Amino acid sequence: MFACIHAPAVSSSGQALLVECARAFSPRLERVTAGTVVLDANGLTRLFGAPAELAGAIARRAAQMGLPASVAVAANPEAAVHAARGWKGVTVIPPGREAEFLSRLPAEVLAPSPETAETLARWGIRTCRDLAALPEAGLVERLGVEGAGLHKLARGAGRRPLVPEQPARAFEEALELEDPLTLLEPLAFLIARLLNGLCMRLASCGLAAQELHLRLTLEDRSEHVRLLRLPVPMRDGGALLKLLRLDLEAHPPQAPIVGVSLSARPGEPRFLQEGLFLPPAPEPAKLELTLARIAGLVGEGNVGWPEREDTHRPDAFRLSRTGIPACLISSQPLPLTLRRFRPPLRAEVEAPAGRPARLQAREVRGRVVGLAGPWRTSGDWWTYEAWDRDEWDVALSDEALYRVYLDRRGGGWYLEGSYD
Amino acid sequence: MSAPLHSLAPWKARPAPELVPTGVAEVDALSGGLPRGALTEVLGPASSGRTSLVLAILAEAARRQETCALVDAGDAFDPASAAAAGVDLSKLLWVRCAGKAEHALRAADLLVQGGGFGCVVLDLGDVPPRLARRIPLTCWFRLRRAIENTPTVLVLVGQTSCAPSCASLILELKKGRATWSGTPGCSRLLRGALFEVSRRKPVASASAAFQVRAVG
Repeated sequence: MFACIHAPAVSSSGQALLVECARAFSPRLERVTAGTVVLDANGLTRLFGAPAELAGAIARRAAQMGLPASVAVAANPEAAVHAARGWKGVTVIPPGREAEFLSRLPAEVLAPSPETAETLARWGIRTCRDLAALPEAGLVERLGVEGAGLHKLARGAGRRPLVPEQPARAFEEALELEDPLTLLEPLAFLIARLLNGLCMRLASCGLAAQELHLRLTLEDRSEHVRLLRLPVPMRDGGALLKLLRLDLEAHPPQAPIVGVSLSARPGEPRFLQEGLFLPPAPEPAKLELTLARIAGLVGEGNVGWPEREDTHRPDAFRLSRTGIPACLISSQPLPLTLRRFRPPLRAEVEAPAGRPARLQAREVRGRVVGLAGPWRTSGDWWTYEAWDRDEWDVALSDEALYRVYLDRRGGGWYLEGSYD
Repeated sequence: MSAPLHSLAPWKARPAPELVPTGVAEVDALSGGLPRGALTEVLGPASSGRTSLVLAILAEAARRQETCALVDAGDAFDPASAAAAGVDLSKLLWVRCAGKAEHALRAADLLVQGGGFGCVVLDLGDVPPRLARRIPLTCWFRLRRAIENTPTVLVLVGQTSCAPSCASLILELKKGRATWSGTPGCSRLLRGALFEVSRRKPVASASAAFQVRAVG
């Protein structure tokens, strides 16, 4: 048995009230259109009595909430919707008499497409009874699948299942502290407690944490907020605790803590079927932990997967914390490789006639015995990071090969790297 | 304790490690390949082809669809050269240590302990030999112990050998001979270089040479 509450022309807040009104009777409800909600009324007669009393209770509740709603109860969701749309007040359709009740309603309540509605009007079909009286085969022949559906609806024979709305679940745990905390160790103990609860709730829903928001209320009434984005959804409390600990070690709060709140954005857990012959790859959760530890050691921006930037600027790259999909590797000849000095070394270069003849930069020094160049490159002249330089490939007297360049904007020679 | 030695379980020789190709045919012919679960040292001064060889190793690992890590003590890695060498950058984790060798060692330790990498390269190529030799031997034993019985190839790049007793394979490279084209002073091009490589461990061998070519 299904009940439909129909309140046409309600505002957005009215729509929320409509859903609240339906939720007061059943958690299984479907929002059909903006002003129409169907709820699963199976078993509610034990609480509210006969279907008419249930429909009356729903109507009273809607009136209390200030909603001008019509309510209908029927054996299938579609008949309930059409009855609620067609009649004001409370309607109860006894099981098996859907066709009889719906027959008096105009055909528009079945919500046909504009083209079909026009066709039906031209045929002189005004009510559901007229439509139900037409031969089904002929209707399908002329109106296709929609015709068959409308014919079934007009007879009140719709049997589609209810598609219940899943309420948004909040995964949040919070704790108020009596005494302020100043050390990480007791804080980690409390976070572990919150994480355990959070992970259990996530696991019970078959979900995992995609993001963790840690909100620490400080003694000076300010808040210290940390956001942990995980590359793969995780619900291993131990690993998440270690990640939060590492993050807090790198970004400690500036005052004692009086409140802890932890929330998770849920995501579908990723399941991976390992194969016997697959190449080795780090376990994502373990890798994230390792990366967090290394980032604490060498700095946040110094660990990741390199990506080349779409520019001709020398040494243009960025580091990403999430790997990008693998691309096809083609076999190529072994190329000459540059080993960079980052940042480039300032060099003293003797350059009679503009060609390097002797070079000195930190521990690199020597006479130039072979050279090629200059190769002039420039770009980004429209930004503050413009570059303009003459590059040379040089071989020094110690047989080492280097790339040097003359910075034409700032002046001066630089040693960019060695060919290694 | 009184049981004679011959009554104890028979002595079992350690199985020979699996060898993977380096991606350079001459080096593979010389060394047989890089051992998995063991430490390999690639030694040589600047412009000796160390980086070219390492990038070839990483590119070969990428062809095997393995995830690799490069711990770059001197921040010398050039993504453009790596991409040109065929390294799949999306499968290469790069750790930049801004010249701090102790950070590089710690990061390599964490990566090796974490496991799952096909190849981990610890690049100490720009660390002066006198500093590299000060790294305690226990560090290298710890790393070697961590990768034992794993499929990881651990490659250490340096100017001189830091861990000769821990390494299963030591490859030594010498400065190469540059190849130029064109006439001096007019449209001259650096075409490539020829690098010489020899095996120092497990047994010293004759040297071989491999060619690199300028691209682009």
